[in-house]
Amino acid sequence: MSEITWGLWEILLKGVWITVQLTVFSAALAAVVALVVGLARSHRLWIVRFISGAYFEIFRGTSALILMFWIFFVLPLGFGWQLVPLWAATLALGLTYGAYGSEVVRGAVQAVSPAQREAGIALSFTPAQQLRKIILPQAWPEMIPPFNNLLIELLKGTALVSIMGVADIAFGASLVRNATGQSAPVYTVILLMYFVLAFVLTRGMRVLERQAKAGLGQRPEKKSWWGGRKAEVPQQQRRDAVTATAGGER
Amino acid sequence: MQWNWSAVGDFMPMFWDGLLVTIQALVLGALLAFALGLVWAMAQRSGLAVVRWPVNVLTEFVRNTPLLVQLFFLYYVLPEWGITLSAMVTGVVGLGLHYSTYTAEVYRAGIDGVPAGQWEAAKALNLPRSRTWGAVILPQAIRRVVPALGNYVIAMLKDTPMLFVIGVLEMLGEARQFASQTFLTVEVFTLVGVAFIVISYPASLLMRALERRLVR
Repeated sequence: MSEITWGLWEILLKGVWITVQLTVFSAALAAVVALVVGLARSHRLWIVRFISGAYFEIFRGTSALILMFWIFFVLPLGFGWQLVPLWAATLALGLTYGAYGSEVVRGAVQAVSPAQREAGIALSFTPAQQLRKIILPQAWPEMIPPFNNLLIELLKGTALVSIMGVADIAFGASLVRNATGQSAPVYTVILLMYFVLAFVLTRGMRVLERQAKAGLGQRPEKKSWWGGRKAEVPQQQRRDAVTATAGGER
Repeated sequence: MQWNWSAVGDFMPMFWDGLLVTIQALVLGALLAFALGLVWAMAQRSGLAVVRWPVNVLTEFVRNTPLLVQLFFLYYVLPEWGITLSAMVTGVVGLGLHYSTYTAEVYRAGIDGVPAGQWEAAKALNLPRSRTWGAVILPQAIRRVVPALGNYVIAMLKDTPMLFVIGVLEMLGEARQFASQTFLTVEVFTLVGVAFIVISYPASLLMRALERRLVR
């Protein structure tokens, strides 16, 4: 029917800004949740481990969209807590992806060699000092690549807020579609927008990874042309792939 | 907060309908994702750059853009091009296509994990390409990646609620419909949320058990 006019582009660009804000805020919340829950999951008190484990299973087990519906519709009715849509969406995304992130933190912290922790004890560091000066600086570079994957998942997850009426890119697209009567141009444009955002995030995380690994005297591993993930193969599998011999199946 | 148990009872028939649709979409989507992913993974190992590159670009593009927008794209744009699919078929295709880009990576890792000696043995025995893949490489590769594939099926399950946006009446769609008629929002959304945990937690335990058994 008609072209995408300047006014309609403006709607889409405003949507990009909302999506970026939402990604940054939810990522910040998710990072805090991931760190706290991830560390709590290897705490020495069983009750702390149990509660953080339950949090992990519950928020990982349910769908981000269902959680969003719950926060948008059930919290106000059931408990009388009405949140601004942008913050409700941030909360839903942050809590969900924080749960995924906690597994990354837990794994990376456990991968630090026990001798490092023992050295910290021998030098009579307090537990907080051990964490801040010994464990986290070594675990951090290991966390960055999986965090990058989660960040992309989070970016993709932000599109869900359009269902709740938050004016992000996907929401803008439905307005533009109604205005122009054509779907192909606008949906192609916004898919490209999301792709560019994901590319920028991936590149940013690559820089971060390079710096973090350089701090430990390591070199970052090779990535695809895109700079993105190689598939998540469980550690055990990778070791298996290296040590397996022809016909070595037991 | 009031909790109305009779509302839960009234919702149950619709809930079971929704669950059935969710499971149908999940099973069909997963089968599509398994099949397409294998196609992508093998194409990415092709000796021809004209096959490798478009597949690489396509899979990265699909994997790094939101499923929700892809569903809208399929639902609104395909009819403009003269292809009309029902909501359910669109949903299954969207879900399957999106997750095929993840399973492709899983297969790729599995294929890379097959020792080089296996390829060489197949060559030494003068096996044709189809036998090399079908009888030597894939049986070893896929065995290793079954748990990883299973984890993506669980991830797919958690993305099925998105299908309600194109009008598929899965669990969330049914819940919305029921809530809009009766205003019993609290009960139905909580029930659907709990249902997801009840399904996905045992499923993830199963995958962990499979991982211990198969990946050895």
